[in-house]
Amino acid sequence: MPGLEDLYREIILDHYRSPRNRGELETPPAHMAEGFNPLCGDEIKVFLTVENNTITDIRIGGQGCSISQSSASMMTTAVLGKTVEEARQVLQAFKEMMSIHEHELDDTNADASPAPQLGDLEALRGVVKFPVRIKCATLGWNTLDQALVEATA
Amino acid sequence: MTLDAAAVKADFPLLNNLINDRPVIYLDSGATSQKPQQVLDALNHYYEHLNANVHRGAYYLAAAATDATENARLRVANFINAPADREIIFTKNATEAINLVSYTWGRANLNAGDVVLISSLEHHANIVPWQQLAADKGIEVRWIPLTDDGQLDLTDLDQMLEGVKLVAISAASNVLGTLPPVRLLADAAHAVGALCLVDASQWVPHRPTDVAEFNCDFLVFTGHKMCGPTGIGVLWGRAELLEAMPPFLGGGEMILNVTQEGFTANEIPWKFEAGTPPIAEMIGLGAAVDYLENLGMDNIVAHETQLTGYALRTLGDRFGEDLIIHGPQDLTIRGGVLSLCYKDVHPHDLSQVLDERGVCVRAGHHCAKPLMRLLGVGATARASLYLYNDESDVDALADALEAAGQFFAF
Repeated sequence: MPGLEDLYREIILDHYRSPRNRGELETPPAHMAEGFNPLCGDEIKVFLTVENNTITDIRIGGQGCSISQSSASMMTTAVLGKTVEEARQVLQAFKEMMSIHEHELDDTNADASPAPQLGDLEALRGVVKFPVRIKCATLGWNTLDQALVEATA
Repeated sequence: MTLDAAAVKADFPLLNNLINDRPVIYLDSGATSQKPQQVLDALNHYYEHLNANVHRGAYYLAAAATDATENARLRVANFINAPADREIIFTKNATEAINLVSYTWGRANLNAGDVVLISSLEHHANIVPWQQLAADKGIEVRWIPLTDDGQLDLTDLDQMLEGVKLVAISAASNVLGTLPPVRLLADAAHAVGALCLVDASQWVPHRPTDVAEFNCDFLVFTGHKMCGPTGIGVLWGRAELLEAMPPFLGGGEMILNVTQEGFTANEIPWKFEAGTPPIAEMIGLGAAVDYLENLGMDNIVAHETQLTGYALRTLGDRFGEDLIIHGPQDLTIRGGVLSLCYKDVHPHDLSQVLDERGVCVRAGHHCAKPLMRLLGVGATARASLYLYNDESDVDALADALEAAGQFFAF
């Protein structure tokens, strides 16, 4: 039985208390995508400015639990300044961390193609021990995915 | 207290098991109730001693299984004071029961411009079927607003009733615990020639139910919230309405005759029960009715009212303004459903911390998103009380809330 400390790591609580890149951007020129978690009612908006294939600004709106909010906050710092392709790689790596078990990930890491460093995002690894909360952690990322599609259409 | 809470709790095996090495403090009966041994025994007894399809065989087992299900229908009819057992239609849940009415009565009787009046307290099950009808047939779905403390605001009821063909309201809110004035609304509906459907999913498990007292035309509820199994719900309707309605699903059991040219529908209730029904679940629901009647619905009301009062006092005393309990505070117009917002702690996080102490509450929008929007929140944490809960469960909830407050103290 995993404990609360596996879920609520200090850096997660820090991003929850002081969310980074919170707010809105004018659309257009920015692009916006909206995500819903039908289980708990959380709603999130991702605003994105892409210039020369690079994410030059990103903002998060909406409301949600500590996991969805901190995950979205950490996401903004992870992808800001990245190219669209780099952002998609981070997104992919994050979703892989969320959807498979920890030891399996460790086992396969050695021979996997070089994945982007997740850095602070590693703190969210504990979420996989709480399957109900995976949807919270991935809400912002799935919404980013949509916003990237919009921005590159 | 008139119920022996310890004796009641002893009837429920899950509440006496350890889950993850700790006792279960179950405060989510609004979502589904736990099941007493008596109901589990009835399910097992059917499968071990009676299992055969119903209304189909001439052999002893087939007749015995048929008798058992039809006897359950009779007990359910008596439980809600229905005039006849043929007015009891078994469905898979309350949602299907409302959809049955919207698809058959609604599509046969409602036309563009007709109004279905619902309240702002409704569960999605009593919203979306009418919105589907609005999309298909151009009817209007109109909403009764709420007062600040979560009661129906009936100030402009006369105006709201213009053009109304059906008033569809819940008898007890699954979010706020509010008990709307069903009889008043049913009478008002009849006065303008409309019918009244009552979603009694959160009422029937907790309070004596009398369809004559409600004076309604349809009443729906579900088995699994009243100590019965999942997969069984009930539509009660006035016989003359049910007889005039076209059938719902087509198939076996719902027909009198089938030829290459067409079919003749069966009599009620079987006209609306296509295919092999949930036989074990009907029998299990009958056992749940027996269980509740043996305890006495009046005793259950007394117990829950006392316990809800204790919960409101305890939580109010311990948390003051840090804890918002949505909905009416007056025990005469509310049930034991407590929707909580605690400081700035998100309900999802709150329920996670509570879970660590074995306290089960529901976090989310409770399938009532329009109501959440009116309350100005995305979600609440909901503790819902039932006959097996006692003051120790409320105390455990309060202790867990305090721990959550400390954990998220920024």
